[in-house]
Amino acid sequence: MSFLPYAVAAWLFGVGIYGVATSRNLIHLVVCLTVVQSGTYILLLAIGYVGAGKAPIFADIPLNSKVVDPVVQTLTLTDVVVEATVVALLLALAMQAEKRFGTLDPDELGVMRS
Amino acid sequence: MIEAFQIVALVLVAASGTAVVLVRDPLRQAVVVSFYGSLLAGLFFAFQAPDVALSQIVIGSVGVPLMLLMAIAKVRKRELERERDE
Amino acid sequence: MSRRARLWLLAPALAGTMALVVWGFTGLADFGHFQGAYGNLLAKVAVPERKATDIVVSTTFDYRGFDTLGEEMILFTAVLGLVVLLRELRGEQEEEEEAHDDQEGHAGREHRTSDALRIFGFGMVGPTVVLGVYIVTHGTLTPGGGFQGGVVLATALLVVYLAGRYAAMRKVSPLPLLEAGEATGAMAYGLIGLGGLIIAGMYMKNFIDPGTKGSLLSGGFIPLLNIAVGLEVAGAFSLAFQEFLDQTILLRGDGGSE
Repeated sequence: MSFLPYAVAAWLFGVGIYGVATSRNLIHLVVCLTVVQSGTYILLLAIGYVGAGKAPIFADIPLNSKVVDPVVQTLTLTDVVVEATVVALLLALAMQAEKRFGTLDPDELGVMRS
Repeated sequence: MIEAFQIVALVLVAASGTAVVLVRDPLRQAVVVSFYGSLLAGLFFAFQAPDVALSQIVIGSVGVPLMLLMAIAKVRKRELERERDE
Repeated sequence: MSRRARLWLLAPALAGTMALVVWGFTGLADFGHFQGAYGNLLAKVAVPERKATDIVVSTTFDYRGFDTLGEEMILFTAVLGLVVLLRELRGEQEEEEEAHDDQEGHAGREHRTSDALRIFGFGMVGPTVVLGVYIVTHGTLTPGGGFQGGVVLATALLVVYLAGRYAAMRKVSPLPLLEAGEATGAMAYGLIGLGGLIIAGMYMKNFIDPGTKGSLLSGGFIPLLNIAVGLEVAGAFSLAFQEFLDQTILLRGDGGSE
């Protein structure tokens, strides 16, 4: 079973890309992109996990305890927050596209220009 | 090596992530994605990453779905307006 | 390209990519057996060196502080781009008058939220702000920090909107103030890093005495950076929420620029 975390990360990555490629709505597409990205979070945290390790916070555990890797958590933590603002930017782009072309369907963009 | 709680969380995340992609209506998707965000936060807890889980809870269950809802509302409003104009 | 053709192109491309991904994953250490030299070293030396008990936070802001500067700039630029895009959407010429008559026009909203919701909602604002500030300032000790606390602070603004009305939210958070908050936070982070260059001879070097373990002010300049990032993230998210709300509530129709 120990391959499961990597399998889930790969699955989310693949299913997200499938969603992006087949999406018929720009807002739906942006959300699919967040699914792709969450696959990378799971991969990073799964790599850094140490069996029976504790969270790397030494407020109430002894200094020599076995802990999980703090570096991957740092990467993921900042990315979760930054990703949300990037999603906001993409949504604004989608709204701008909807205003210009009158549709959110990526296939019709550029065709229906009035 | 892998704990039962982690297995359950991973399976739930994989299933709901698939649901997020397969739900095609953006409004319903906004609801599903907030659910997905919360499950993801649970998984981060299971991976001993409370810092990441904390930011995922706020972002995944409030921040992103809310911005989605507002974007959808704006687009709907303009669609209605266009219909009225015609 | 037709939809069919795109699907046919997608199938082999996705299959190939996934094969590469899976092949790459087989080279990873088994789940739970990771031995990262850098992470293990940090886990040993971070607490004695920096006195901050949350190693994730001391890695974010101190050992990898320079990377966080980059992340912060992505956040700053993304929100900047969002504001530019949405304001362009708004149509400048009628911005002012519309904002004005909507203050009366949306007075109706006040009647639509029930008293119970309003009282409960406004009661929640204080605790939300306290929680946000707590998470920001206790980042060095327990899970939390500027990124998480900043988002919590921004949601306090949303509670004002949900409980009361839009005009009330605009009154407690004027846009220039949010913009200033975001920019100040971003600048403060860079300047604190510069302090390291001037005092300790290296950019982003921790130049303040780390204090004692467990103290609220332990970790040298980490609490300062936490506050700077908290300010920036709170400003950025409030700004994003408010720009989106402006789009959905304030505007009727197309913004009138076409």
